[in-house]
Amino acid sequence: MKKIYYREWGIESPRYWGILAVLGVFLAVGGLAALYMEHHGHWVTGMNNEIVWGVPHVFAIFLIVAASGALNIAAFGSVFGKKIHKSLGRLSAMLAMSLLVGGLLVLVLDLGQPTRLIVAMTEYNFKSIFAWNIFLYVGFLVIVAVYLFTMMERKASKYYPTAGLVAFVWRLILTTGTGSIFGFIVARQGYDAAIMAPMFIIMSFAYGMAIYLLMLMFTFKLDGRPLGEKLLGRLKNLLGIFAAAVLYFVLVYHLTNLYGTENHEYEAFILRDGGIYTTLFWVGWILLGLLVPMGIVFHPALGKTHGGIIAASLLVILGGFVAMYVIVIGGQAFPMAMFPDKVIIESGFYDGVNGQPLHYAPSIWEFLLGVGGVAVSLAATLVGVRVLKLLPVSLEDEIVDPYHS
Amino acid sequence: MSGKVDQRRREFVSVAGLAAAASVVAPGVFLQATAQAEPRSAPVSSKTRYGMLIDTTKCVDGCSDCVSGCEKENGLDLLKMPEGADPEEWDRQRPRWIRTVKVKDRLTGTVTSLPMMCQHCEFPPCQDVCPTGASFRRVDGIVMVDRHTCIGCRYCMMACPYKARSFIHEDIDEKLTIAPRGKGCVESCNLCVHRRDNGGTTTACQDACKHGAILFGDLNDPNSEIAQELRRQNNTELRADLKLNTGVRYRGI
Ligand code: SF4
Ligand code: SF4
Ligand code: SF4
Repeated sequence: MKKIYYREWGIESPRYWGILAVLGVFLAVGGLAALYMEHHGHWVTGMNNEIVWGVPHVFAIFLIVAASGALNIAAFGSVFGKKIHKSLGRLSAMLAMSLLVGGLLVLVLDLGQPTRLIVAMTEYNFKSIFAWNIFLYVGFLVIVAVYLFTMMERKASKYYPTAGLVAFVWRLILTTGTGSIFGFIVARQGYDAAIMAPMFIIMSFAYGMAIYLLMLMFTFKLDGRPLGEKLLGRLKNLLGIFAAAVLYFVLVYHLTNLYGTENHEYEAFILRDGGIYTTLFWVGWILLGLLVPMGIVFHPALGKTHGGIIAASLLVILGGFVAMYVIVIGGQAFPMAMFPDKVIIESGFYDGVNGQPLHYAPSIWEFLLGVGGVAVSLAATLVGVRVLKLLPVSLEDEIVDPYHS
Repeated sequence: MSGKVDQRRREFVSVAGLAAAASVVAPGVFLQATAQAEPRSAPVSSKTRYGMLIDTTKCVDGCSDCVSGCEKENGLDLLKMPEGADPEEWDRQRPRWIRTVKVKDRLTGTVTSLPMMCQHCEFPPCQDVCPTGASFRRVDGIVMVDRHTCIGCRYCMMACPYKARSFIHEDIDEKLTIAPRGKGCVESCNLCVHRRDNGGTTTACQDACKHGAILFGDLNDPNSEIAQELRRQNNTELRADLKLNTGVRYRGI
């Protein structure tokens, strides 16, 4: 393997600032939407006392899960000694931090009292998985920053393998923690499953890889840097394998649920009778988000084209958002079994009368806030590659040689 | 240890309550507010466990006096629909501490009406998940939200098996000093905690119920009416399978 040189992203200034300006518009609009919701209160959103976590949580959890997944590309380099991944590590770490910041921002701005965040930092309830997550997120940012430093600074390079291992372990714990937010909700049929945490980990692999691939292709293309086809082929194959793994876990999750009698109704809801949630599950998540991209990347011809890889990555990301929507919102829309052997036939508080799903019509503000968070993540990554030496000058196959590991 | 923490919280809450009273009430009324706060009963004690017994056989279909009673007592009736809100959406967003529910048995077809509120779990999931500890259980069994540390994350609402909690979706213009309330926080039935701290022996929903379906009292005091009633006849916990040991019990379902 030849020595790899890294250089700042060198596209012409007007173009660079143009891209940032576009992202800036989304960012500003997202910020205004957050202010609007905060000023008026959550009544301007579609959220209510039944669906208490809405679209902002869908975006936030997706970004957080993808963040830990984006770090895998670096982790494969240092933990599993895959040299090919080492050259990809810097961007991977930068992307991971940016995605996490974007996700956290959305999460915080959706709080009823965001200004009290300091309370959350000082009045810790150590029993709460949510409180642990705050700690995990902050830790992640610090650890990945140190890890990135060990990659970039020769004097620190002897700590690189250790930092990589710590970062990798931390990211596994972090995704477990995120998944456990749902796993701990014993009252809701859709969430009470030990498989939630491992499923989130495998989803993070897929979403992180999809975003990484797009970012790599985008930055290299604009800067005219060579990107080897073999390297790209390896990454897109990984994407396909991760998508297949998600599919496997989703199947296991729903099949094991079907075996537990108390979950039959929830399964029927998601898989058959849930209206919008059923459609989203089958069409959005399984078909468009997993099967089609798998078909593309493993297709002998399509899988070799850049267009194919881009489409597959975009679909996996779309499927990821849909997956979060089905899990977060669908799980709440399914009425809780407050009286397992009775049917609620009237209620003064929308308790899922006659098993009807609970109502949620997301507002535009919630989407704008979420998109603002995505813009933050993208802008932070692009600023990162612009000012730091994160991107290899070339990733030609002769340079990275995928067959040496 | 946990007793200590609860004691601290209780003190904090009452101090905060006084502060809120001082800031909300006009100077003239202030004296009265202090006077009201004075006859506090003995400190909260873990010997007590407050709870309620709901006799669904007495609860009358179509009646919602307990709901109106609670809403008046706790200032929920003062909330106004924000201008420009969609009435249907708003109805899903406005807070309720107690509601009536009508259920039909899947097997027998028996129809039962009953009021539901926070069940004051001994092991409250809402407390376990709350990141800041704002959701807490007093040693006397009352589960409530400390409005000053709640960050409005709504995790407790996700975790409560009885959908007992409400989020305040709008600005609050008017509120009662006994029930402080603010946009962006979560709240729920607190067993009329202000009455406890002032030596009251009933709850507003109990007082409002003309049919005597609601009985409040100290579950731990063998001589209390509620303890005797609980001993006298079978009673059930909602979702007993979750083993939360609720402080609110039902008869006749
Ligand atoms: S009923 Fe719900 S809000 Fe009340 S103590 Fe139990 S978990 Fe908490
Ligand atoms: S909404 Fe408030 S009381 Fe509920 S879990 Fe969050 S901080 Fe705690
Ligand atoms: S006990 Fe008090 S707060 Fe709880 S439902 Fe009854 S009236 Fe409302």
